[in-house]
Amino acid sequence: MRYKHIAGRAVATFLMLIVGIAFVLPFAWMISASVKPEIDVFKYPIEWIPKQWMAYDNYREVWFGEYPFVTYYWNTIKVTVLTTIVSVVVSCMAAYGFSHVDFKGRNALFVVVLMTFMIPSASILVPQFMIFRWLNLFDTHLGLILLGSFSALGTFMMRQFFLGIHKDYLDAGRMDGAGHARIFVGIAMPLVRPAIATYAILRFIWTWNDYANPLIFLRSDALSTIQLGIQKFASESGVYYSLIMAGTVSAILPLIAIFVVGQKQVIEGISLGGVKG
Amino acid sequence: MANTPTVTKRSSRVLRENAAGYAFIGPMFLGLLVFTIVPTILSAILSFSEWSFIAGIDKIKFVGFSNYAKLLDDDVFLLSMKNNLVLLLAVPIQIVVSLLIAVVVDRLVYFKSLFKVVFFLPYISSIVAVAIVFQLLFHPSYGPINSFLTAIGIDNPPKWLADIHYALPSVMIILIWIGIGFCLIVYLAALQSIPRDLYESADIDGAGAWTRFSRITFPLVSPTTFFLLVTGLISSFKSFDIIKVLTEGRPANTTSVITYYLYTTAFENLKTGYASSIAWLLFGCVLLITLVQLYGQKKWVNY
Repeated sequence: MRYKHIAGRAVATFLMLIVGIAFVLPFAWMISASVKPEIDVFKYPIEWIPKQWMAYDNYREVWFGEYPFVTYYWNTIKVTVLTTIVSVVVSCMAAYGFSHVDFKGRNALFVVVLMTFMIPSASILVPQFMIFRWLNLFDTHLGLILLGSFSALGTFMMRQFFLGIHKDYLDAGRMDGAGHARIFVGIAMPLVRPAIATYAILRFIWTWNDYANPLIFLRSDALSTIQLGIQKFASESGVYYSLIMAGTVSAILPLIAIFVVGQKQVIEGISLGGVKG
Repeated sequence: MANTPTVTKRSSRVLRENAAGYAFIGPMFLGLLVFTIVPTILSAILSFSEWSFIAGIDKIKFVGFSNYAKLLDDDVFLLSMKNNLVLLLAVPIQIVVSLLIAVVVDRLVYFKSLFKVVFFLPYISSIVAVAIVFQLLFHPSYGPINSFLTAIGIDNPPKWLADIHYALPSVMIILIWIGIGFCLIVYLAALQSIPRDLYESADIDGAGAWTRFSRITFPLVSPTTFFLLVTGLISSFKSFDIIKVLTEGRPANTTSVITYYLYTTAFENLKTGYASSIAWLLFGCVLLITLVQLYGQKKWVNY
């Protein structure tokens, strides 16, 4: 019975490994292609471990060659970090307001916030573009950061966590004569710290990977983010596939690193709310 | 008269509470107002106009429902709409596959957490990167997929993204590949919440694997299935990045979707009014799915 059990598990694991390979191979191919000379990229049978290495040259060419990858990277880090911070602060404030402050019109306003959640972002690109022109936000990082920061999803998700705070904790603060601002910063925020980490990591991933917004609301190459950068690089540099793959690896790598570190938070966040970017 | 101080004290407390509330939700609400609510209203108004945003606001011309009427005769729009509907097929396939994987990974394998990470990799990778990689993998003449197919004796392998018959299915394969990780994680969470003793009593009754799946697992995860179906259908309607980077609608618009057509109409052909009417039809589709969800949730789901 016990042996049968172990054998069954081994077979199931083996089956899943085969399925899993379909998920890993494209990444393996990408990394492999990025470290070999151009003429070996499409060689068949595939040389998974290259016979001839070009890693240093390929990555140097991508990072310090014609296309300003360093700038793209810096722009992405700037936009992503600032969007994440602003989004967390604004979402937590709204979430606290909607869960622990008893003000007039609270429910009606919350319904309005939830309704914005249903509007597909593609549906409002055109008027958003016009508003960006009017407010001089077009082709600025500020515009991109603001656009990414106000999301009904963040409000909704954080509100769920704030609702989980027991009233007694907050009342204790009120007894001590603290106002909402002090209760929010001193009591409520520390209590939801794990939830903040979860939301922050998800927002970071979504912003880092965002392509549509930079595509539409940025124009200058000097302001481009990495997603826009690799897409331009891929469509303009034509047949240098090894270099394109080196660029792609560079774009994905930081996220994989973040995911490995914050894996628990990401998976928890996804399974808790079943949220989608 | 004696009451007055308490009344003022109370009403000033209410006032303070209101002020605090507006201060807390103020930034978020203002942001949503400027970047979402006002644009939604503007989009609705513009959908009844013939206008291009590079012309001044005084050039705007209202044309009633004629944009919407034109859409019904617009071949590219109808084809894009049809492609969207075909792509919806990817959603149930993805759900079935991820449920199967979830059931196996949940209790039957070693290295469970490793598998979670592996299947989740496509979700955290950017669509742009994934699309670029698949462009090469699917390359008709020297991509590794066709090299492999030729090597095992298939003489004329499909041209994938370059073939009008295979392009849309290729997109679908990639969408399924990307989407499985998300469904899997949600399913694994749902499976965790099924009480173990249900399976134990099924074992005592001598139920086989299929009975256990069809009588216990499947009904108990049905709310999750429904949730994944709805969010999947909605996000399938909204997908834009993948088409823009992977195919730009080629070949011959066979992979164009509503969002992509909206993008080209608005930002390449600069027909603001017409694009807005496409935007509202897209909104309508998403709204329809949401309404079906609200209605269907009560009716079809076993809790």
